Amino acid sequence: MSDISAVPELRAREAARKAPRPSAWTDHPLAQLTLVRFLEFIREPEALFWVFIFPILLAAGLGIAFRNRPADVLKIAAVTPQLAQSLRQDKLLDVTELSGAAAEDALRTGKVALAAVPGPNGSVVFRYDDTNPEGRTARMLADRAVQRAAGRVDPVNSTDQLLREPGSRYIDFLIPGLLGMNLMGSAIWGMGFAIVDARRKKLMKRLVATPMPRHYFLLSFVLSRLLMLVVEVGLVLGFGTIVFGVPLRGSAIDLVLLCVLASMSFSALGLLIASRARTIEAASGLMNVVMMPMWIVSGVFFSAQRFPDFLQPVIKALPLTAAIDALRMNMLQGAGLGPVASQMGVLGVWLVVCFALALKLFRWR
Amino acid sequence: MAGALQVRNLRKAYKDVVAVDGLDLEVRLGECFGLLGPNGAGKTTTIEICEGLIAADSGEVEMLGMRWDSNSSELRQRLGIQLQDTQLAEKLTVFETVRLFRSFYHAGPSAAEAIALVQLEEKQKSRVGTLSGGQKQRLAMACALVGDPDFLFLDEPTTGLDPQARRQLWDLIEEFKLAGRTILLTTHYMDEAERLCDRVAIMDHGKIIALGTPRELIASIGVEHVVEFSAGGASKTLTVSALREIEGVRDVKAENGSVQLQVTELHRAVPALLAELDRQGLPLTELRTHSASLEDVFVTLTGRRLRDE
Repeated sequence: MSDISAVPELRAREAARKAPRPSAWTDHPLAQLTLVRFLEFIREPEALFWVFIFPILLAAGLGIAFRNRPADVLKIAAVTPQLAQSLRQDKLLDVTELSGAAAEDALRTGKVALAAVPGPNGSVVFRYDDTNPEGRTARMLADRAVQRAAGRVDPVNSTDQLLREPGSRYIDFLIPGLLGMNLMGSAIWGMGFAIVDARRKKLMKRLVATPMPRHYFLLSFVLSRLLMLVVEVGLVLGFGTIVFGVPLRGSAIDLVLLCVLASMSFSALGLLIASRARTIEAASGLMNVVMMPMWIVSGVFFSAQRFPDFLQPVIKALPLTAAIDALRMNMLQGAGLGPVASQMGVLGVWLVVCFALALKLFRWR
Repeated sequence: MAGALQVRNLRKAYKDVVAVDGLDLEVRLGECFGLLGPNGAGKTTTIEICEGLIAADSGEVEMLGMRWDSNSSELRQRLGIQLQDTQLAEKLTVFETVRLFRSFYHAGPSAAEAIALVQLEEKQKSRVGTLSGGQKQRLAMACALVGDPDFLFLDEPTTGLDPQARRQLWDLIEEFKLAGRTILLTTHYMDEAERLCDRVAIMDHGKIIALGTPRELIASIGVEHVVEFSAGGASKTLTVSALREIEGVRDVKAENGSVQLQVTELHRAVPALLAELDRQGLPLTELRTHSASLEDVFVTLTGRRLRDE
């Protein structure tokens, strides 16, 4: 344009733009966007707590609550001194002698698992709730103690050998579950809130008004996610192995791969959730709707097998179930990538479908 | 001299409102052009279409000889944009924010230089959330300047600022003009437009209703001065029609007990007004005069004030 080259200032600026620019990789827009995401995250104390501290507290709390104790001593009540004496022969029973009414009361309020009451003709009546496992165990132990005290001799001799191996305890089951839950929560919250906040404050619109390539904006979330992943996974696994001796039987590279894949799938899901919402309230409602069912059915705290068979195909198709199953197989059974191929497939499908949908729906303003 | 920005027959409707209604506009290279009008006149929609942020329903936009559909990435490199009410990330520092924006452009001042341009050096390490309104606007300016733009869009840059902060920004904008940048500015402050703009267009209901230099526009209403007064008390009322007969009075408006006269020759009109009030036996309780302004142009053209909306 002749008129533009006629203005000296414009010509000078034009030349500067065309000149080759030596610049450090840190000046690259993608590096800057990622850095900014990371800075914003670590300057948010609440986010730090929920992503890093909370899972550790949860693991510690549950690990202590469900730690393996020497076989439980069961509290039971006996109504007569004779009964109490014969029941005390069993070391696994903690016998309290109570009056009939007090024993009933203790039974009803769960203070004892069973009450032994004398019946007619020297017999014994055990009062307990048969839907309570403790009650049933107490029934067997109490009966054995009463029979032995009365002179029963067991026809076969038996001895016990005790196995308490890492890998089969509750904490071993729990740590991969918490890891999966953490990967999901931080990816979905991290993506969702940051994107919706940028949209709400019109910061996204301002960025779109610069020459920033739009895919860099989305890519920066993925990269900062990967940075954070190192810390998150390291913390949970480090805590689990050091404090509770949770085993890591699979290959570490496979484990890292699984974590990255799971995190990417959850990020895509988070991106999809945040693709249109304009307010934080709308976004957090959507996030809860998406995550809450998975917290319950995907086997974080207890096995997903407990749900009815007809639900199993649905549960297995959820990304959190796939992530947790794969993590457990890797960590506890030492499985390679082959046996977890179907779980990786599920995660891959979620990644591709959510990402494609999110790009189509994404609202830049 | 040909245009930095040419807009032809631009139209944009939202669900039930026509925001821009067949607008034509030309901004010349190196000038500061003001787009004026009350809230809801369609200023922001027009400017955002020119910035390539929203698509028009119909019409053409040509910027620096380029179009959005074919040259958008090159255009983006050459524009500096300051949007109305953008909130920059509060947890980042001033320097981090400007450095981020700098990374998007091929050329331009360094982040530190851009911060110095808007005189925020002392706040470089402060979090954005701790800045005052004026400082935030200057930061937004720095972000608009890091690409060393040829064309600068400023959408209501001083709205909501205190007088001192506004004057600081005006000085800045005047420096940008001296650097040979073309500026398109929207505002609903007429004094701002009179001070900064080479030419202004007054917009109302999605259309341009007047265009010219501030001087030309003011001259076009044929009024040089405005006299405002209140007179009389509860007992006697003013006969307004008599005022129209005074020499040099072009128009009379009475509202809420205050009367506004548009006059051409102040030195003749004021003594005549005093004589008339004396004749009607009304004491003067208040008297003010000012030179005609763009505000008066708007009132004359639309019968409304700019900021009453």
